[in-house]
Amino acid sequence: MFTMPTLNYAQLAPILIVLGGALLGVLVEAFFGSKRRGPIQITLSLGTLVISFAWLLRIRNDISATAAMGSVATDGFGIFLQGTILVLAFLAVLLIADNDHFAPAVSALPGSEEEAAAISSGSRTTEVFPLTLFAVAGMMLFPIASDFITLFVALEVLSLPLYIMTGLSRRRRLMSQEAALKYFLLGAYSSAFFLFGIAFLYGYSGTLSLTDVGTANIFSAGSPVFLYIGMVFLTIGLLFKVGAVPFHSWTPDVYQGAPTPITGFMAACTKIAAFGALLRIFYGAFFLMQYSWKPFLTTIAIITMVLGSIAAMTQRDIKRTLAYSSITHAGFLLAGVVALNKAGLAASMFYLVAYGFATVGAFGIVTLVRDSSGEVTDLSKWAGLAKKSPLVSVAMALFLLSFGGVPMTSGFISKFSIFTAAYQSGNIAIVVVGVLSSAIALFFYLRVVLTLFFQEAPTDGVSVVIPSIMTRIAIGICAVMTLLLGVYPSLLLNLVDTMSTLVH
Amino acid sequence: MRTSSLLVYLIALPLFSSALLLLLGRIADKWGHILATLITASTFVIGVYEFMKMHSQPSGSRAVTQKLFDWISVGTLKVDAALLLDQLSICFVLLITGVGTLIHIYSIAYMSHDKDRRRFFAFLNLFIAAMLLLVLGDSYLNLYVGWEGVGLASYLLIGFWNHNPTYAVASKKAFVANRVGDLGLSLAIMICFAQFGTVSFAGVKAGAHGASSAALAGIGAMLLLAACGKSAQFPLQSWLGDAMAGPTPVSALIHAATMVTAGVYLISRSNFIFDASSTARLLVVIVGAITLLFGAIIGTAKDDIKKALAASTMSQIGYMILATGLGPVGYAFAILHLLTHGFFKAGMFLGAGSVMHGMDDEVNMRKYGGLAKLMPITAVTFGLGYLAILGVPPFAGFYSKDKIIETAFNAGGIKGILLGGAALLGAAITAFYMTRLMVMTFIGAKRWKAGSHPHESPLLMTLPMILLAVGSVASGFLLSYGSALVHWLQPVVNSQSMEEGKPLMPALTVSLLALGVVVLGAFFAITKYRSVSDLAPEDVSIFTKAARKDLYQDLLNDKVFVEPGTLLTAGLVKTDDRVIDGFVRFVGNFLAATSDVLRKVQNGFVRSYALLMLAGLVITVIAVWVIGA
Repeated sequence: MFTMPTLNYAQLAPILIVLGGALLGVLVEAFFGSKRRGPIQITLSLGTLVISFAWLLRIRNDISATAAMGSVATDGFGIFLQGTILVLAFLAVLLIADNDHFAPAVSALPGSEEEAAAISSGSRTTEVFPLTLFAVAGMMLFPIASDFITLFVALEVLSLPLYIMTGLSRRRRLMSQEAALKYFLLGAYSSAFFLFGIAFLYGYSGTLSLTDVGTANIFSAGSPVFLYIGMVFLTIGLLFKVGAVPFHSWTPDVYQGAPTPITGFMAACTKIAAFGALLRIFYGAFFLMQYSWKPFLTTIAIITMVLGSIAAMTQRDIKRTLAYSSITHAGFLLAGVVALNKAGLAASMFYLVAYGFATVGAFGIVTLVRDSSGEVTDLSKWAGLAKKSPLVSVAMALFLLSFGGVPMTSGFISKFSIFTAAYQSGNIAIVVVGVLSSAIALFFYLRVVLTLFFQEAPTDGVSVVIPSIMTRIAIGICAVMTLLLGVYPSLLLNLVDTMSTLVH
Repeated sequence: MRTSSLLVYLIALPLFSSALLLLLGRIADKWGHILATLITASTFVIGVYEFMKMHSQPSGSRAVTQKLFDWISVGTLKVDAALLLDQLSICFVLLITGVGTLIHIYSIAYMSHDKDRRRFFAFLNLFIAAMLLLVLGDSYLNLYVGWEGVGLASYLLIGFWNHNPTYAVASKKAFVANRVGDLGLSLAIMICFAQFGTVSFAGVKAGAHGASSAALAGIGAMLLLAACGKSAQFPLQSWLGDAMAGPTPVSALIHAATMVTAGVYLISRSNFIFDASSTARLLVVIVGAITLLFGAIIGTAKDDIKKALAASTMSQIGYMILATGLGPVGYAFAILHLLTHGFFKAGMFLGAGSVMHGMDDEVNMRKYGGLAKLMPITAVTFGLGYLAILGVPPFAGFYSKDKIIETAFNAGGIKGILLGGAALLGAAITAFYMTRLMVMTFIGAKRWKAGSHPHESPLLMTLPMILLAVGSVASGFLLSYGSALVHWLQPVVNSQSMEEGKPLMPALTVSLLALGVVVLGAFFAITKYRSVSDLAPEDVSIFTKAARKDLYQDLLNDKVFVEPGTLLTAGLVKTDDRVIDGFVRFVGNFLAATSDVLRKVQNGFVRSYALLMLAGLVITVIAVWVIGA
């Protein structure tokens, strides 16, 4: 029997607004000429995100587990992450709005006549805007989903647009398309694991609700083997999204191949969404059976931190370096997941915000460093950039130092609070390894800083393009936030402290 | 306790003006020196105003404080940035700002040909600010900030002409020697905190009664080490002679009148420590006695007029240190001698500067002679200072130095005889070398270099000299009339009048004895140096050779500290290079090799990635299963 669902539209509105904006964007694609689509899409996307954020502020205190028949849980934690995703998506859209990153005719073969015609006609790829909005909607649903089907739907809604967006790069198109295909294949592969895990969990507990799976452990007579298999499969689907070792292999290739603003967008927002889901599942559904999964997740966290930072050491491409950096950060964030205390939850929230701003900012700067053939990501070409572009170099150094966790930047506070939480939970091993890999990681961040500031510029050097006003705003906000959260962290620490509540 | 909101301006004004002159750069070249001089004069006005107010209060409630802000609040350590102006610090404030103002005025003319005059005045103001902080801080930690500040200013000013490598080395030497002393001060502060849980003067004073004698001796010894560094006392005395590399006004202000007396201030300020520890007092008098003779002996053989005066400064501060070590009776006389010395020594340094100004910066006294006629004001003011340092009545030094000699004799027993004897011998040698300096410079035959045209200095330079000469004549009488200074300082240093002890010999006897040896020394010098050659003789006694070489102080330092230190450094560098760096490099290489292996795993094939994920999955499932079962 099927009953009519009762939905609390006010609490779902932030997601619905973004979805509506995305649909409008599709209509704009259909009905407006190629010349006028650009500005309309930009305005539409930014406006949608702002309205959604405003609505989110309105409902920020409406905590409920029944907004959609128990399928979503709107609580402080979920609303905080939704807001973070909206803000970072806004900044990412500002970067995406720069016309230069996307192929004018994506379906045309690279180097073909159709492509040349598309370039000369001045058309641009504006589908990226509705695609971004669709992805944002999925990302916003992901951390508040409280049953497995909603979780899976959100995962697919956020993933599918990203697969496409990865392939849109204007330059080095073959690499971009290869990356898109890789991302799609491996993403589908991990989605299969994810779905398989849900099936096993259903087989174990007879429910799809996160809350009921958690309590089923105590009352049900189902075989724990089903539980273990289901839990591991489901977790691996999520670990793939956050890029934890050994499920990280796609990350460097995809981050390098995707258009740089898209890389920034997915590095920041996907990670927030996926960690939102991870935290909700492990702090909620699987909390009572923590003794069965804590060792394995701790091990994954340690391997991720160590291998991520070691692998980054010898990278020669800035985007790949940042990809490994994001892998290392996934390891640090997993330390917050296994801490399993309120401090760990709050620290993870702070970490995600700090990391998100620094990531969008860093990739924003990568978009600016170019030579005649477009962006230059080879690190050796970046040598001595500080002499030519001191401001850009200082901003880049700031983001890198924040990644490295140097005091007076947001990265220091986030690392400090997440290690404190891990230490309080008694997990000394993860703290020791975390601090050591921070030291290793600092090596490659400082290496880039050194390259920027203390090496002689090569004669065939690169130049920094004058950024558009939108790019400037985006990077500026990221830099200010990175510094502000490092100098005056209590602004955000107090907020995450009050918002770190979960409802089941 | 009364408070005053004016105190902070004593420090803030010169600090601000210093920063302004340094930041504005060449823009301020035209008026920088005037601003700096006015600022220093205004601090003198504030000082006089505070003195008047203080003087109108009854003796017990003269101290004023001003709390600026909570400086440090960590655990049990709470330190306020607060200032304290009491009877002791007002003496220093007036000396620093008063002599400071005169020397600022003098420097306007003296440095008028230097293109970096603005920078010079900026450093002078920095010094004034730091020195005032030193004497106004209400805790050892506040004092320490000023202590380091004057060290910095001294370093900057000694090396003011650092394009001359010798001068740059001299400033470094002063800095390093001072660092050794600073170490003593920081250790003393740490012991204070460990023992008393506070570093404020009042807190330490309150705790000193109940402290163990070992702790008190330790603090006292460390404070003495600090004083030795800053006041150029044995064994850290070697830097003062070289410090004469700085412009002469600097020598007068910092290396004669004020900064080098900071050690005397420190010991007087810490009287509660030294009063409670006879061991510490003994160390102090030994250092004082050795240094007063050491300096005096060096002074006899120096041909460089500034270095002779520097040796004299070292010796006179030795007197002061000796006096502080003599217990409650001595502090007031130490301060008295410090103040009179501030006048006459600053005056003589300015006189030396005036001579150099007229003689194309020649410093060798063997190239002088007969200058009295051409530079009458300089000669007369210098002469008054000369009479003061000799202790001829009724000039200033008579009132202060004779009291110290007398107190030393009255220290009791064999100690009293030794100390008094040393002080008396020092007075004789002082008379000898000062007369030698006077005779060689102002009297006798002209031994000038060809092309010299000695002339009297302009009014801006002679005026400060005249005012300081007035001080050289009158300050001693004024300060000791009716034991004025002794009574003034009584609430701070607990000074007692002399009559309470049993004197070894009457005051008049001491005075006559002192005057006798002074006349003897002076007479001997006149006969010996009435005519000198313009080249230093080589066939001199072994003692003269030793004195010319500063009693081999540098040789000793080189052999005992510098050479082993260099060896140690070289060893550490090698250890750092091979052992520590070697380990770091090994770790780095190991990680880089691992990283290369990881790069190979990242081969770009989706099938490999999928396989890796599958392997991770299988291992995880098995692991969780095993752990769960």
